[in-house]
Amino acid sequence: MHRFANPARFLKIARPLTGWLFWSGLSLLLAGCICGLFVTPADYLQGQTVRILYIHVPAAWLGMAGWTGIAVSALMQLVWRHPLAAVAGRAIAAPGALFTAICLATGSIWGRPTWGTWWEWDGRMTSMLVLLFLYLGYIALANASARQGAGQGGVSNVTAIFGLVGAINIPIINRSVVWWNSLHQGPSITLRGSSIDMALLWPLGLTLLGFSLWFGAIVLMRMRAILAQNKVEARMQRLARG
Amino acid sequence: MHQWTFVIAAYAVTLLGTAAVSLISRRAMRRAEAQAEALAGRP
Repeated sequence: MHRFANPARFLKIARPLTGWLFWSGLSLLLAGCICGLFVTPADYLQGQTVRILYIHVPAAWLGMAGWTGIAVSALMQLVWRHPLAAVAGRAIAAPGALFTAICLATGSIWGRPTWGTWWEWDGRMTSMLVLLFLYLGYIALANASARQGAGQGGVSNVTAIFGLVGAINIPIINRSVVWWNSLHQGPSITLRGSSIDMALLWPLGLTLLGFSLWFGAIVLMRMRAILAQNKVEARMQRLARG
Repeated sequence: MHQWTFVIAAYAVTLLGTAAVSLISRRAMRRAEAQAEALAGRP
């Protein structure tokens, strides 16, 4: 991992990888969405609304995976002082917040015809809303620390600690449907298999992989932007000093 | 409301969000890298 601590070496890999991840991700997620909308059958209970599954599940996965990425970056920043870890944490925050918001919005839209309500203050929905607030807090802290010049375009140590402590919410979200009574269904996809019929499940693999690759491309774009801004600021300071 | 209305609304929210973040991130990257390149050429 320390081999990629050098921004120049990182950029050499990130430049070709960005376009590849973006276009392959976009193709897969479009194929998955089209198949999910027009090829798979309607559910015998939920009818057509089951098609929201193909965007809601990847959004939930990426919202949680994004914060896990922030926590891992924070750990690498605090323990190994990896120079790109802080940049990665800051780059993950916006797409992570976006997918958490999409998860909440699509869940709410799915809930109305399925449960008869847009919102319920149960464990799963409330812990997911807490995750969105954590993202917004992290983005505010990261922007403030970047403005003060902490972490060379990345985030301050206080922001990293916030990212690490916030990770406690991830297992709470994951286990919420087991620990508390909830309108939300229990875990339907586990390591032991899935309770969803294969006729409905297969496009989910396409959208999960597609959205994940697209997420990776967005993180790389944002990291490249931060690194280029760092370069500009360093150059401007050198020019100002003469 | 018809079931498809909910499906279309959910996909529209996702499409708008992902398109907006894609455009903003790409534009920020292109602008920052162009600025860095322009400054690198200066003596």
